[in-house]
Amino acid sequence: MGTVFSFDLRAPGVERAALDDAIAWLHRMDAMFSTYRTDSVISRLGRGELELADCPPEVSEVLDACAALTAATDGYFDAHAGGRLDPSGYVKGWAIERVSDRLAAAGSANHCVNGGGDVQCRGTAAPGRDWQVGIAHSLRPGELVATVAGRTLAVATSGSAERGAHVLDPHTGRSPAALASVTVVGTRLAEVDALATALFAMGERAERFATDRGLRALVVHADGRSTTIGAPAALA
Amino acid sequence: MKRVLVTITGTVFGVVALLSFKTQGHPRAFAGALPSAAAPTSPAGAPATTSGGGGSTPPDPRSSSAAATGAKKRYVGSAIETPYGVVQVAVTTKGSRIANVSFVQLTAFDGRSQEINSQAAPILLQETVAAQSAQIDTVSGATYTTDGYLQSLQSALDQAGIK
Repeated sequence: MGTVFSFDLRAPGVERAALDDAIAWLHRMDAMFSTYRTDSVISRLGRGELELADCPPEVSEVLDACAALTAATDGYFDAHAGGRLDPSGYVKGWAIERVSDRLAAAGSANHCVNGGGDVQCRGTAAPGRDWQVGIAHSLRPGELVATVAGRTLAVATSGSAERGAHVLDPHTGRSPAALASVTVVGTRLAEVDALATALFAMGERAERFATDRGLRALVVHADGRSTTIGAPAALA
Repeated sequence: MKRVLVTITGTVFGVVALLSFKTQGHPRAFAGALPSAAAPTSPAGAPATTSGGGGSTPPDPRSSSAAATGAKKRYVGSAIETPYGVVQVAVTTKGSRIANVSFVQLTAFDGRSQEINSQAAPILLQETVAAQSAQIDTVSGATYTTDGYLQSLQSALDQAGIK
């Protein structure tokens, strides 16, 4: 599935070349971690044709982070959930976060990168104004369930309504039915996105887990109820 | 720049890039079909209209004028129905490169038809909710619209012979 990335760069902008570099880097990561391509680095590593030591440094960075997240989420985030090496659930959020870092290094203090509904904001939307991120209601198309505001802000939503059931509980191999979506709010998207995936896979256990870990989250249940944990958002 | 659609809207850069990053555990046949700039093969369809304009200035897709800056052609993609509404985009090519992408139809979210005609490659999710809250900068979740956007875009690129 393709994903649309949008880059919203507020003043001060960057040289066009810096933006092109950032996007070229995204394409390299996309190719490196593509499990669709049998000749990608990640596919070859998964088949044992490459050793980790022979891979670009981003691969061990991603796999180390995946392993840490698997431990931190009681196994609900799992880069081997489908029976083969597939860190896709981490790579997108990580890539968005890293490309935001690259833009910042190039001089963009204020920007927002949105990759398929996962958002990394930095700085301000305008002088003195925080970024405002709407959270789409997973059961009622066209409605926002909440908004969240902040400066350095990461927001990721995982759910079944967007694209059918695409997150599996690694313990059962089935799609969790109890929740419509889970949104996690934080400052760094790589972790936030993976936590949203894990919480969604947890089903009804998600709220307790998020509360215990001090996460900021919004859970929309299959029956339409929504609950916020850690007051992440103003309900719309 | 391969596979990158560019727009400049006022003081804000809005850039849309298409990548095949996927969500965990959701393989789709569509993934291999993302556009990249390449030498055109024989176009399957005739261009619908021709738009003038040059550089990064987005042409108005409704205007039809002689192309002064070389072979610009406009291809209209299929209208894709999604659970969030209808999405249809048009691609303007210059040679084998994508010069511009615009919406022809975007009936999404509140069901109101939103014609976004003067902005190239829109900041998709932002635009679709602008009517609901002027203060919303972007939206988390809801990817049906982007799916439709990509499908319509792909059909336009197929017509343009861009693989």
